[in-house]
Amino acid sequence: MSSLGLLLILAIYLVMLFYIAHWSEKRSHSKWTNNPYIYSFSLAVYCTAWTYYGSIGLAAKSGLDYLPIYLGPIIIIPTWIIILKRIIRISRVNKITSIADFISLRYGNSRSLGALVTLISIFGIVPYIALQLKAISDTFHIVTKTHASSNIFTDNTTYICIALALFASYYGNKYVDASEKRRGIVTAIAIESILKLVFFLIIGIYVTYFVFDGFEDIYTKASVLENFDKKNTIGGLNNGLNWFFLCLISMFAIFILPRQFHTAIVENNQEKHIRTAIWLLPLYLLLFNIFVFPIAWGGNILFETQGLNSDTYSLLIPQHLNNNFLTVIVFLGGFSAAISMIIVSSITLATMLSNNLLIPYGFIGSLENTSQEKNTKRIVLSRKIGIFSLIILAYIIYRVFVLDYTLVSIGLVSFVIIAQLAPAFFGALFWKRGSKKGAVTGIVLGFLICFYTLLIPYALGTTKSASTFVQEGPWGIALLKPFQLFGLDYLDPIPQAVFWSLLVNFLSYLAVSVSFSGNYRERNYAEMFVDIDEYITNHENAYVWKGTANISDIEKILERFLGIERTKRALTIFNLKYNIDKDNKIADARFIKFAENLLTGHIGTASAKIVIASVAKEDKISLPEVLRILEESKENIVINKKLTESSNELKKISEQLQVANQELINKDIQKDEFLDTVTHELRTPITAIRAATEILHDDENIPADVRQKFLQNIISESDRLNRLIDKILDLEKFETGKQKIYLSKNNISKTINNTLESLQQLIVNKNISVEFEKKSHEIKAFYDEERIIQVLHNLFSNAIKFCADTDGKISVKINEDSEFISVSIHNNGKEIKPEEFEAIFDKFYQARNQNVKKPIGSGLGLAICKKIIEHHKGKIWVESSSDNGTTIIFTLPNYNTTEK
Amino acid sequence: MKKILIVDDEPNIVMSLEYTFKKNNFEVFIARDGQEALDILKNQLPDIIILDVMMPMVDGYSTLEQIKKEPRLEHCKVIFISAKNKEKDIEKGLSLGANLYVTKPFSLKKLVEQAQELIN
Repeated sequence: MSSLGLLLILAIYLVMLFYIAHWSEKRSHSKWTNNPYIYSFSLAVYCTAWTYYGSIGLAAKSGLDYLPIYLGPIIIIPTWIIILKRIIRISRVNKITSIADFISLRYGNSRSLGALVTLISIFGIVPYIALQLKAISDTFHIVTKTHASSNIFTDNTTYICIALALFASYYGNKYVDASEKRRGIVTAIAIESILKLVFFLIIGIYVTYFVFDGFEDIYTKASVLENFDKKNTIGGLNNGLNWFFLCLISMFAIFILPRQFHTAIVENNQEKHIRTAIWLLPLYLLLFNIFVFPIAWGGNILFETQGLNSDTYSLLIPQHLNNNFLTVIVFLGGFSAAISMIIVSSITLATMLSNNLLIPYGFIGSLENTSQEKNTKRIVLSRKIGIFSLIILAYIIYRVFVLDYTLVSIGLVSFVIIAQLAPAFFGALFWKRGSKKGAVTGIVLGFLICFYTLLIPYALGTTKSASTFVQEGPWGIALLKPFQLFGLDYLDPIPQAVFWSLLVNFLSYLAVSVSFSGNYRERNYAEMFVDIDEYITNHENAYVWKGTANISDIEKILERFLGIERTKRALTIFNLKYNIDKDNKIADARFIKFAENLLTGHIGTASAKIVIASVAKEDKISLPEVLRILEESKENIVINKKLTESSNELKKISEQLQVANQELINKDIQKDEFLDTVTHELRTPITAIRAATEILHDDENIPADVRQKFLQNIISESDRLNRLIDKILDLEKFETGKQKIYLSKNNISKTINNTLESLQQLIVNKNISVEFEKKSHEIKAFYDEERIIQVLHNLFSNAIKFCADTDGKISVKINEDSEFISVSIHNNGKEIKPEEFEAIFDKFYQARNQNVKKPIGSGLGLAICKKIIEHHKGKIWVESSSDNGTTIIFTLPNYNTTEK
Repeated sequence: MKKILIVDDEPNIVMSLEYTFKKNNFEVFIARDGQEALDILKNQLPDIIILDVMMPMVDGYSTLEQIKKEPRLEHCKVIFISAKNKEKDIEKGLSLGANLYVTKPFSLKKLVEQAQELIN
């Protein structure tokens, strides 16, 4: 394939990626870009060109050794559901944007530690980027069948690299706030992850089933090759230990590698996406490994004696069989793997470089006293330049150093260096005593050991001086041989370096932390990191700070980076969250932490602290005091929670009280009205009695018949008075619950007949005809007969009283259904208006006009009836009827129902 | 002979009033509620009206309002009799234009004196 043709394909491919990034950036909230699958696939940025090509090379040369790099992550990923969630929470509340921020913040927001982590990361990752460039370059030359030119300006790969650097710097840093999500890049990375897997599976299937006849065929043919058995056994305890250490650093890598930290934590949109990632990512890694072995040994079989670079078998096989299409596909897969790693790594490294190294150490001065727009431009530009220069630097390293090493070895060196951050990193999550001094000592010592056991030998390469250095140790001291340090001779160079560096790193971190406890700020953040779940909603509360600062000064600083509008908005949110008066002028600890957080995304944690400290004079606090304050704030949080709970409860209770109070007020009004009416009702007969008595008393010459009349008046009014009192007492008994109902089995028709008989005289007097349908039926129900007679007596009395004067007619009906028996009493007298249907059962009901008398009875009769029926769990109501009369109906639970 | 209209729905009270006023040389008319009273007033012009407040159908207050609308009845004196004895009830009754508000129970002798005083 011609160089030009391949360059053209690459150009199209890059434009496509560009477009995807652009498209998804605009749809950053749609479900196409914000979903757990995009998140999970973007995590597969773990699989680089090293995986894509290098695993095959390693499998071809040394059998199963390629596996630990995948096994490590697969083993550790299930713990993400707890650990990653915590890291994400810590990072979210503190606006952490990189591993350097994360570690340095925990150890007291240390500027120097942030710088150290940044340097270690650059040391570890830039060669790793170089490795990706090497892979692109190597494979480009294989596909085009050209040779790398020693003049970098005539080498096509130089221009590919520059194009990549431009793409990454353009797309990687659009936002000044590094904690903003970059949906465009993430989506493009996820798509690339899918492509590289699909392409790898295609070539795997091609080699296994088209070049050969399946797995078995390859196995049979490969097993006759030299050293097959030796290469394909794990090989005793030594090799087991090698495996163990490789697994270990891979476990660390999936957490700590800057690009993994970036995709897994900074770009995480929702915690629940982790749930998909913990199965999808291991599955992805597993799929990636299915065909490594067949391709590697297929290559070994095909090119047995040709001494080709086994890393590139996946390209060489289709090329050997003249399948140009597959060759290009495989190349594109590898290219995808390489550039996704390059882009994400360079973005996050550039952020670290600017936020943890450049800005806090110098650049910060130039950011003061200028406008927000200029600051923003400067920061963004510095990051863009950072990304560009890192990639170019990596390219230079590739041209100078990496040319002669296989992909795997450089990648592993990178892993070992990054693994030096592991003790400080995991300590940050779980151990409150870990101190900055311990972290720095551990990282520095660990790195020095890596430097000695790996970097020096690799840098010296295969030169003569290197071989004496490696073979005999410096100055001939055998104990210091870099690959067999202190006589440890049964591990391979890399596991050996892992062992020593991590051992020393871990122990010194532990020892120094225990011996020299950290300052109050470290202790403060330790609390916030380790107990993140307690502080998740109001972490500003957990920040300990004492001093004097004006809000207006801090506001000015915020405006310089965020602009006036965003600053205002942020302050409003803060005041709302903590219920602070907006006229408050003095900043407290919460505000300091809040302000630092706002700046962190722009300029990093360390610089945020420096900038805020420039206007906030902090008083020194002793460690014991911090511990005390922390303890208090913890208590406060608990108390606050309780307070909120009890205040909610109080609210509820007070609402209930209000309702109850309203009821009481209503009852009181009702009671007043009742008393009013009662006194009025009592006064009426008293007035009549008094008047009659006065006449009898004053007038001695009164005629006998008149005298008789007045005496009669006095008697009947006295009786009326007495009845009234009886009824009031009756009602009172029902209302206070003192009235007992004695249920027994009775026959309702009989009860009605008895009642009617007692009223017979009145009925005859008014010449009323009574119609009673089921006079002789036996209809049983449970009720208190005496009380029901009272009800019936009242209802019939009313019916008689209001019956039409001529042709008066009363009809009684009984109905029975499964639940109730109902009795309806109808008279053909005056109609009751529908709006009064309910009111007539109120005691002393008066029509709407307070001074017009109630239409029937003494005003208590129906109220008492209603109480009695309700005590029987029945109902009583009025119905209008077609013939201008009134029907009152009441129900009683029927015999069967009551029995149950 | 002075004319009096007694308006109350309590027959026993009416009976006592009727007896007493007749004995004191009044010509007595009787109505059992407001409507009946207004009907009687169409043909009669009493010197004084004794008016109960709480009555079925048309109460004493609205009866008085009707009476006050009639220029012919302008010189008719009105005494409310009621068991409603609260300050505000009395005020209301007097504000409507009654000449007197007597609370139940009352002394017949005193009521007659007050009625005569009003007429003279």
